[in-house]
Amino acid sequence: MNNNVPTDSEVILGILNNSDAVLKKLYLAYYPMVLQLIINNSGTADDAKDIYQEAIIVLYNKVKGGEFELSSKLKTFIYSVCRRLWLKRLTQMSRYGGDIRDFEQFLPVEDDMEVHADRDIQFHKMESSLGLLGEPCKSIIEDFYIHDRSMQEICEKFGYTNADNAKTQKYKCLQRLKKLFFQQK
Amino acid sequence: MSTNLQLAEAIERYVNGEMTGDELARFEQYRKDNAEVDLKITEHKYFAGLLKQYRERVALEAKLNAIHDEIDVHALVEEMTVHPSGIVRMWRNHHSKISVAASIAMFVVVGAMFFTGYFTNKNQPHYQELRGEIGKLRTEVRDQKRGQNALAVEIRKRPKMTTPSNYKGSGLALSTNGYIVTNAHVVGGRFDSLYVQDASGSSYKAKLVYSEPLYDIAILKIIDKSFSELPALPYNFKRNKSEVGEEVYAIGYSEGDSPVFDKGYVSSINGYLSDSSEYRVSIPLNPGNSGGPLVNAKGSIIGIVSGKQTQVVGASYAKKSGYLYKALRNVPADSLSGKLTLNNKNTLAKLDPVKQYKKLQNYVFMVKVY
Repeated sequence: MNNNVPTDSEVILGILNNSDAVLKKLYLAYYPMVLQLIINNSGTADDAKDIYQEAIIVLYNKVKGGEFELSSKLKTFIYSVCRRLWLKRLTQMSRYGGDIRDFEQFLPVEDDMEVHADRDIQFHKMESSLGLLGEPCKSIIEDFYIHDRSMQEICEKFGYTNADNAKTQKYKCLQRLKKLFFQQK
Repeated sequence: MSTNLQLAEAIERYVNGEMTGDELARFEQYRKDNAEVDLKITEHKYFAGLLKQYRERVALEAKLNAIHDEIDVHALVEEMTVHPSGIVRMWRNHHSKISVAASIAMFVVVGAMFFTGYFTNKNQPHYQELRGEIGKLRTEVRDQKRGQNALAVEIRKRPKMTTPSNYKGSGLALSTNGYIVTNAHVVGGRFDSLYVQDASGSSYKAKLVYSEPLYDIAILKIIDKSFSELPALPYNFKRNKSEVGEEVYAIGYSEGDSPVFDKGYVSSINGYLSDSSEYRVSIPLNPGNSGGPLVNAKGSIIGIVSGKQTQVVGASYAKKSGYLYKALRNVPADSLSGKLTLNNKNTLAKLDPVKQYKKLQNYVFMVKVY
């Protein structure tokens, strides 16, 4: 177990530079804190994992969006976000008894939670749109847009006779994906 | 179709910033001229942004999962779990049931207290009014004072009246002309006749002039013809409150036919269950003391002994003398057959308690209720 806690500015810079090492340090540093919060408030280790990862995504988006100002400790921010997320989850499961056992100080993070909730909705919309898309469209779109494969590679993988055919197929697939996405509520 | 495809491809390249030079300039001009194209570009930009977000999140989640797999979660869970004690755990798991049970228990207890008169009646095990039963004394006195014939007449007159238990208490002269104060509970609600007996053993017939159950004060008047006026009262009744710690003594007929002297101090300015009309005094008092005076070191009457706490040794209660004044104001004028004014002069102040008692005992009466 790595007990090196990265400094807050180190984390911010690391996120901006897509540093995997810093991400790992960050993850290891605060996971126990979140685990403690969740399992002592009627959650499981898996719940803790979900909540913690969601919080790190919130932090990532905030930093990447250039909105993060170090007005509070990073630790406090992560704790506050996890706390909010877990309260929301408990309420959804109707297991929230009205009190939560706290282990750290926390801040109101309503604004961040709103931004995150919007993004989360879009993410899940996209996820289900891709699910509805069906093969081979799903793989083509994922390969091209998510895994950064070139049209040439896609052409070979799916056995298209030439790159133009592949492009046409990709175009159709993207149109369908857009349609599916925007049709969803 | 192919134009659409070409356009889409161009838009994608434009959005991705892959166009340069003349091509870029041409496309931007084309976009300006054509609103539909502009809309498509905006839409594609938006959607590409969403796709990018999706892709970033998927990538990040993959990384996080990889990191997470390296953590020994199980060991951490053990370490981080706060193990509450058995009682706390039981409370967490069953608090609703426990609460309901407690509410019911509470309800039952309060209900039982209500129906047994706990809230309305002071005459409960904890509080004992200090009037004494005098079963034996009754016959003796009747033999002495009235003789068999008189008794027979009385019984014939009121054949249905069952004689209630006979009680005795103490009383203190309020004035020289035969007014006596005692406790309302000594006299009670129903009685055949009232007698008072002085320290020398002489008994006089008395009547109830006024009873104030709220303050537990009753005023009697000696109506016996053999009664001659008392000498001037040597004591006064204190108007203001006494202090905690003040040395006081009580005189009362708790045993035998002569007044008993008991000494102690004021232990609280509030009485039983914080009753502000009473003092709590640390004096071991006994049945028969009720109605007797509580006297301070200067010989002023500060209260009328009214009861004791049965579970605490030596805790007794006395009505404050201030309430005696209040009760006296409530006495209807037409029920008074002679003047009733309280003495203000105190000639006991400089005497020691032995001498005070000697003088006072002549003014303390045994109240006998038949």
